[in-house]
Amino acid sequence: MPAFDYAPAPESRDIANLKPSYRPFIGGEFVPGSGEPLKTLNPATEEVLAEVGTASAADVDTAVQAARKAYERTWSKMPGAERAKYIFRIARLIQERSRELAVLESLDNGKPIKESRDADVPTAAAHFFYHAGWADKLDYAGLGPDPRPLGVAGQIIPWNFPLLMLAWKIAPALATGNTVVLKPAETTPLTALVFAEICQQAELPPGVVNIVPGAGDTGAEIVNHPDVDKIAFTGSTEVGKLIQRSVAGTRKKLTLELGGKAANVVFDDAPLDQAVEGIVNGIFYNQGHVCCAGSRLLAQESVVDELLAKLRYRVSTLRLGDPLDKNTDIGAINSAEQLAKIRELAESGEAEGAQRWTSSCPVPDRGFFFAPTVFSGVQQSMRIAREEIFGPVLSVLTFRTPDEAVAKANNTPYGLSAGIWTEKGSRILWMANQLRAGVVWANTFNRFDPAAPFGGYQESGFGREGGRTGLEAYLHG
Amino acid sequence: MADRVSVAKTYKLYIGGKFPRSESGRVYPVHDAKGRFLANAAHSSRKDVRDAVAAARKAFAGWSGATAYNRGQVLYRVAEMLEGRREQFVAEVAASENIPARKAQSAVDAAIDRWVWYAGWTDKIATVLGAANPVAGPYFSFTVPEPTGVVGILAPQRSALLGLVSVLAPVLAAGNTAVVVSSADRPLPAITLSEVLATADLPGGVVNMLTGRAAELGSWLAAHADVNALDPTGAEPAERGELARQAADTVKRVLAVPEEEPDWSQRPDLGRLRTYLEPKTVWHPLGV
Amino acid sequence: MTSSTLPTGLADATRDEASLRRFLHGLPGVDQVGVEQRAAGLATRSIKKAAKLWAIDTAISMVDLTTLEGADTRGKVQALAAKARRPDPDRPDTPRVAAVCVYPDLAATAVQAVAGSGIEVASVATAFPSGRSARSIKLADVALAVDSGAGEVDMVIDRGAFLEGRYGEVFEEIQEIKAACGEAHLKVILETGELATYDNVRRASWLALLAGGDFIKTSTGKVSPAATLPVTHVMLQAVRDWYTTTGELRGVKPAGGIRTTKDAIRYLVAVHEVAGEEWLTPRLFRFGASSLLNDLLLQRRTQLDGHYSGPDYLTLD
Repeated sequence: MPAFDYAPAPESRDIANLKPSYRPFIGGEFVPGSGEPLKTLNPATEEVLAEVGTASAADVDTAVQAARKAYERTWSKMPGAERAKYIFRIARLIQERSRELAVLESLDNGKPIKESRDADVPTAAAHFFYHAGWADKLDYAGLGPDPRPLGVAGQIIPWNFPLLMLAWKIAPALATGNTVVLKPAETTPLTALVFAEICQQAELPPGVVNIVPGAGDTGAEIVNHPDVDKIAFTGSTEVGKLIQRSVAGTRKKLTLELGGKAANVVFDDAPLDQAVEGIVNGIFYNQGHVCCAGSRLLAQESVVDELLAKLRYRVSTLRLGDPLDKNTDIGAINSAEQLAKIRELAESGEAEGAQRWTSSCPVPDRGFFFAPTVFSGVQQSMRIAREEIFGPVLSVLTFRTPDEAVAKANNTPYGLSAGIWTEKGSRILWMANQLRAGVVWANTFNRFDPAAPFGGYQESGFGREGGRTGLEAYLHG
Repeated sequence: MADRVSVAKTYKLYIGGKFPRSESGRVYPVHDAKGRFLANAAHSSRKDVRDAVAAARKAFAGWSGATAYNRGQVLYRVAEMLEGRREQFVAEVAASENIPARKAQSAVDAAIDRWVWYAGWTDKIATVLGAANPVAGPYFSFTVPEPTGVVGILAPQRSALLGLVSVLAPVLAAGNTAVVVSSADRPLPAITLSEVLATADLPGGVVNMLTGRAAELGSWLAAHADVNALDPTGAEPAERGELARQAADTVKRVLAVPEEEPDWSQRPDLGRLRTYLEPKTVWHPLGV
Repeated sequence: MTSSTLPTGLADATRDEASLRRFLHGLPGVDQVGVEQRAAGLATRSIKKAAKLWAIDTAISMVDLTTLEGADTRGKVQALAAKARRPDPDRPDTPRVAAVCVYPDLAATAVQAVAGSGIEVASVATAFPSGRSARSIKLADVALAVDSGAGEVDMVIDRGAFLEGRYGEVFEEIQEIKAACGEAHLKVILETGELATYDNVRRASWLALLAGGDFIKTSTGKVSPAATLPVTHVMLQAVRDWYTTTGELRGVKPAGGIRTTKDAIRYLVAVHEVAGEEWLTPRLFRFGASSLLNDLLLQRRTQLDGHYSGPDYLTLD
């Protein structure tokens, strides 16, 4: 009997309505942008998808002025119930155009279509829904009877969840009455510019949302612009530190969501098969391009062998390849630079003596791909246990007692997320108390919901996104 | 050319997602404020109340068990459908309440916005009204509000749509199911609202709409042992004491309502939501 | 009650009632949310074109074509057997099904009707579907099936004893039935809808495997819920773990409620990715179903003809 080879089941790229060029969105219009245009690639094929106009310093200034004008004249004066209706419209338009957005996201980012289709885009819509509901209820947010918006928010987002991170930033900002200048990541600007079209379709007043594509220098213009009241940044800890330094001593309010090196702690009484799923989801979801990825597996010594055997079998069933194929589990690494970084760190793991196991799944000849890899025998001192790899590479360490698990889990300058696997409820809650992380998942991993705040301790940043707590980032209490 | 003869609508009840006639087989004429005949409304009986409560109970598990996000989406969809029927509601409210079209328009607009306000509450109730309790001991203790169950609503007699929406939406947003007795003399917007609910993804039985006399049906609702809470707004002030006494036999939650029908255009507080919620406190030990 | 060929750890598990209990309660728990998410996630696999046709043919070859009605007659069983031999008379290349599944008193009729086709006769026994009778009657029921020539016996476990924690009794009963089966293959029905939790499904699966069941089967089809994807995941995990521990391949049979090709393909994907491709054979995976076959045939025609077909082109048997 022949093997069960799933025939290719690709989503059509025509659905993305890809255009040859995209332009910045400022003051309600698409404008040429006087920065050097950038070319955005399909990381799965290394082909150019489109040319994208970028914002120069002058364009950023125009965008901030447009945002200021919209803030003063329209948005901050509008009753919350009316703001809410615009945000509900945006939520609905994202739902209506979800398939187009999902295909475009997978083309531009390299993530599997099943993730963009089932997670990124619906969760982005959910964020707008959730925050639309807050717009006329801010007096119930626990920040005092009449919380006021901050003004113009400058927002800079990463390439790992382009549309979702946009939603995390823009939805709360608009709900609380702020206006926005947002810079999408250099390698993934396309869905943000389709989102700009959605703002037009929603008849959002001009200037409330401005999208300014560009590289780090564009981001710096936003951060340093004197008329920006708030900076929200998601990205690397390295850049986060630069931003914090830049706004230090100014009146700008700042929230940072930075890197992580999450511990996923598996006790010997865990529901093992589901723990394996959680480990796989924790590190291979979105090619491991997740700041809260469960990149350090801490397994109790009494169960590590059984766990590793199950884990390797499960990882060997992951399907790597064309991001547009509905059966692809692991898509492309977002850029050549990122791929090089992952390779370099994986090599350091081998050099430092960890045992490398890599899935034998076929890897396409073109495009940026990295086969899922598990390092066992990893020690706290190795680079792959300390540095954020941001790729499909898992480091497996062991522990003997709960105290040792806590000590190892907390032994990092980061503190974004953590996972706990045990059937014992009291141990979950005790561990959750001990772990220095902004999000703790028990018997699950990588769960996101607009109603649940997300953010980190220590060098993983400060401020929370989502939930009632997330509104604090955009309001004067 | 002669004027076209319009096709008149038969106004029926809304029970369990269907539009039956009253079990009683009776109707009563509805007139506008000038005494002109508008329609025959179904005259609901105690057996209609019985059927409606059964339908509401059957729907409770699904509606209360749906995610707050899902409930919010469904309720927001209702607002979209209300907007689509705006002109019809304006005409019915104007005729029912004997107010000029412009005033009716603003009442309808306020009703739609009120619905949106409550739609946005579904996934915020727990975060605003729930709590993590800092108990003295190695326990994690938290409190979450849960829907109380089947709510009987005697809808306002005067404000046929805005009043109705203001009393119904909080019941649904909190995750309860409802049996509503509409305004007796102004029932048409309530029936049209049921048609909106029936086409807006709201599961059958979550709202059951009866037209008839609150004075006649109220005590059947108040005394029904499978009803968990009662909103007596539409009852005559003199009847409310008796309703409350009947409700006491099964320890129903009875909403405290003002003597006179309030000005529904005022923004509501959380009173109605809170009445239909049961805070539940959970304790769990912490330890290795 | 030891089984001789098992590795020491497992042989110890069956030494006595207390050991069995400790072993079953020591199995890792199953997290409901996690297993249901995984099952739902795998159910989104998109199987198209050649893979779909392959899956349809494979599924047809795995069907235990079943009739288990009080009103069954010899005529009904003969009709079923004819269908099993030639599922789609217009298309002789259609694979035949794996087995026909009938009550013991009709097993002889079925054996005669499928003679020479290679199709197995499976018979439900042990006071199916409730299993509520004396051991002697259950054994007599098995004997009737086996003596009539049934090559496969589908027994139901004593859920009452299982839920009371009398695991030894359940274990021994399966062993006795297995012995009574002789050469016939034994499928052990767990009736997962009555076991209620995935932890229980895992324990009952191991119990049945330890006692010598050749297949573990979800349901009688008479209790709702019958087969579900997450329950089947747990059982596939059990046979895989059994294989890892013992080197023996045992089978899984979901039964009841699988009516569409789409459902069947989801099960095959689960077999493929949870247990492994070794299990993609009628020797190790079966569908207990009656109406599923016609939907598979309908979709097969759609695949081959390039346009949608209709139920009037298939035989109703």
